[in-house]
Amino acid sequence: MSRARYKGAVAGSGTFSGAGFAVKLVLIALVDALGVFGVLAAWRAGSWGILAAMVALLVAANWVYFTKRALPLKYILPGLAFLLVYQVYVVGYTGYVAFTNYGDGHNSTKEQAIDALLVQNERRVEGSPALPLTVVEDGDGELGFAVVEDGVAEVGTAEEPLAAAPDATLDGDAVTAVPGWTVLDRATVLQRQEEVTTLRVPVSDDAADGSVRTQDARTGYVFQPVLEYDEAADTMTDTSTGVVYTPNDEGQFASADGETLPVGWRVTVGFENFATAFGDERYAGPFVKILLWTFAFAVLSVVTTFALGMFLAMVFNDPRLRGRKIYRTLMILPYAMPGFLAALLWSGMLNKSFGVINQVLLGGAAIPWLTDPWLAKLSVLGVNLWLGFPYMFLICTGALQSLPGDVYEAARIDGAGKWRTWRSITMPLLLVATAPLLISSFAFNFNNFTLIKMLTGGGPRFDDASVPLGHTDILISMVYNVSGLDGSAPRDYGLASALSIVIFVVVGVISAVAFRQTRKLEELS
Amino acid sequence: MTTPIERSTDRASSPAATGAGEQVLRHRMKPGRWARELGWRHVVGVLAVLYAVFPIVYVVSASLSPSGTLTGSNELFAQVSGVNYADLGNTKFWTWMGNTLVIGVATAVGTVLMGAAAAYAFSRFRFAGRRLGLTSLLIIQMFPQMLAFVAIFLLLISLGEVVPALGLNSKLALICVYLGGALGVNTFLMYGFFNTVPRELDEAAKIDGATHAQVYWTIILRLVTPILAVVALLSFISTFGEFIIARVVLQSESNWTLAVGLYGWVSSLLEANWGLFAAGAVLSAIPVLALFLFLQKYIVGGLTAGSVKG
Repeated sequence: MSRARYKGAVAGSGTFSGAGFAVKLVLIALVDALGVFGVLAAWRAGSWGILAAMVALLVAANWVYFTKRALPLKYILPGLAFLLVYQVYVVGYTGYVAFTNYGDGHNSTKEQAIDALLVQNERRVEGSPALPLTVVEDGDGELGFAVVEDGVAEVGTAEEPLAAAPDATLDGDAVTAVPGWTVLDRATVLQRQEEVTTLRVPVSDDAADGSVRTQDARTGYVFQPVLEYDEAADTMTDTSTGVVYTPNDEGQFASADGETLPVGWRVTVGFENFATAFGDERYAGPFVKILLWTFAFAVLSVVTTFALGMFLAMVFNDPRLRGRKIYRTLMILPYAMPGFLAALLWSGMLNKSFGVINQVLLGGAAIPWLTDPWLAKLSVLGVNLWLGFPYMFLICTGALQSLPGDVYEAARIDGAGKWRTWRSITMPLLLVATAPLLISSFAFNFNNFTLIKMLTGGGPRFDDASVPLGHTDILISMVYNVSGLDGSAPRDYGLASALSIVIFVVVGVISAVAFRQTRKLEELS
Repeated sequence: MTTPIERSTDRASSPAATGAGEQVLRHRMKPGRWARELGWRHVVGVLAVLYAVFPIVYVVSASLSPSGTLTGSNELFAQVSGVNYADLGNTKFWTWMGNTLVIGVATAVGTVLMGAAAAYAFSRFRFAGRRLGLTSLLIIQMFPQMLAFVAIFLLLISLGEVVPALGLNSKLALICVYLGGALGVNTFLMYGFFNTVPRELDEAAKIDGATHAQVYWTIILRLVTPILAVVALLSFISTFGEFIIARVVLQSESNWTLAVGLYGWVSSLLEANWGLFAAGAVLSAIPVLALFLFLQKYIVGGLTAGSVKG
């Protein structure tokens, strides 16, 4: 489009139709209202990063929709905003997390880790008085304690430190009612025993003052941290043993003889996660096996589905054949079946003792389809063939029918036989036409988490691995297991992200090379 | 319903298989020749259909089997009863179905609106950064969003502390995450299709005084309906079956989608829950299957549009 035309388009945007402008105003007002709400919420929560991002998006939106100089952005911005936050940012953040030790034991910032350490290592204060205690509940169902200290009633929850409640009703020395709180009866306390005994109500805002805890829901005691944090020296001291802990490079407090405190904070650890993946004996062995199997799985999936799909496409590519439409409709049913359902369905059908394949089709055989390492791999490929061949059949049929007729005529005149025609004409042309889809199919299968997770769950497990990984796990399911998000292993976001980065690189390189190759192929043809 | 494939074979017989004049011979073909040229194709066809359809027949039969166990489902259609379907009412199945449909439809609509708008801008305007934008999209599209699920989880923890509706265990948050992947995947598909709409049309409209918004809503969108249908459908189907992000984000059982819920049934108590799962699977496959069969012609066209020129 020429420059003049672009100007024309810009000028066009100046003439608003009334209704359109009104709709725009309402939409922008809505976005602004929500945005301001978000900004205020971020301010309250003290999340400065989110605050900055929200302000930036809000300013950008208002500028784009009220200036006349950003016409294309008016159309791109909504999608771009989501893309930046939920794709570009998270990929970048994955890159950052890959270089940290984020995970169980290193979950938060140093300040939060110090607070957690102080709270978790508590001991009853020697000689502290027994406080008459009542378990109460606020309107949201959150538990709290009402205690009487020196004749004054105080109420607090895990979040809110104890505060005086002058309007509480006292019976003898215990609280019987507090306005705004419900006093729990004995039966309810017993029911929620676990919650009550683990509840810690801080005495004040300062974690070092300790917190009130109870064992019997009648009397409470003040517990104080065993550890003491010295801000000036940045050390932790165990007041009972006198051992001094100093922060180390790993994001933990360590004593002189190497003993560490359980809660740490996250720090950047350089390439340590990558070194773990490739070098640590717990991960390196499984990692190499899984990497090879991922490639084998993705390549074989594409090859088998393409071979069967192409074969069927050629078989049915004969207009004299009756009932082609019925055949085709029935054959693409697996493709229309959601992948997760198919994988779950096959996992039942292939069950060793009860499944229909062993029991009915194979007359009661007990073949361990999903529990033998090699058979499980075969089953995964077989199920993926079932899921994928209709797609290949569809695209091959489309490609076959668009092949030029004249080359076949030329081949016939040159005396080429059926096999020769197929090998020298049909196959290359078909490959050129479908190559981009084959690459996408490879990339899809490389990360086909759903199939693996639902069919075998990655099993059977490696005998020698201490981590929950198995013979049919592919890289993405390894990432999932290592991340510990399903609770099967300790959480290790750092290592999981590092493995994600490895997949990013593999998929990226392969796509780039493959697309370049196809472009060459297309130029040749 | 006639698909593009059907129509194109009506027009010109396929070059790969037919010789001239054989059409006429169809009725006079000798049995030996029929078997050699067409009969074996039927044999292959029947085998392929058996392979494709057997699991589906099996799951329908299992869903109707009153025993509700894996073992009890092995005799196809031995007994027929609707007890498994009725039992679904005592589970969270219908909640999951509702969640899945809400999330799928919202994502599909959002994806189409945002993707089409972006494709329109890239196809019709020339602006600084256009090539860069297209190239960036091409590169971003190579990195599937699901690989970053750990970072998504961590991002949603932080967002949830500010606005709970955008945090973990929120359907809205999940929709937002899915919409983040909308541009990368679909803009190119749409961009190519938008380019096939002749530019003279919108220029004529502009001369008549239409604004860019009027051109977009009243002219372009009407002409690209097929690709909008394809993108909406593909987006709905991929959201429908998406597991890893849904599993990480949605934590309470009443927020789960079908993929997360049905996985829970099969993975925890395969033998006992089999009847429930089969009934649930049949019901959840129906919306997708129906969409698929009704929109078959669009899908075939859309799939091949990306690859096959001609």
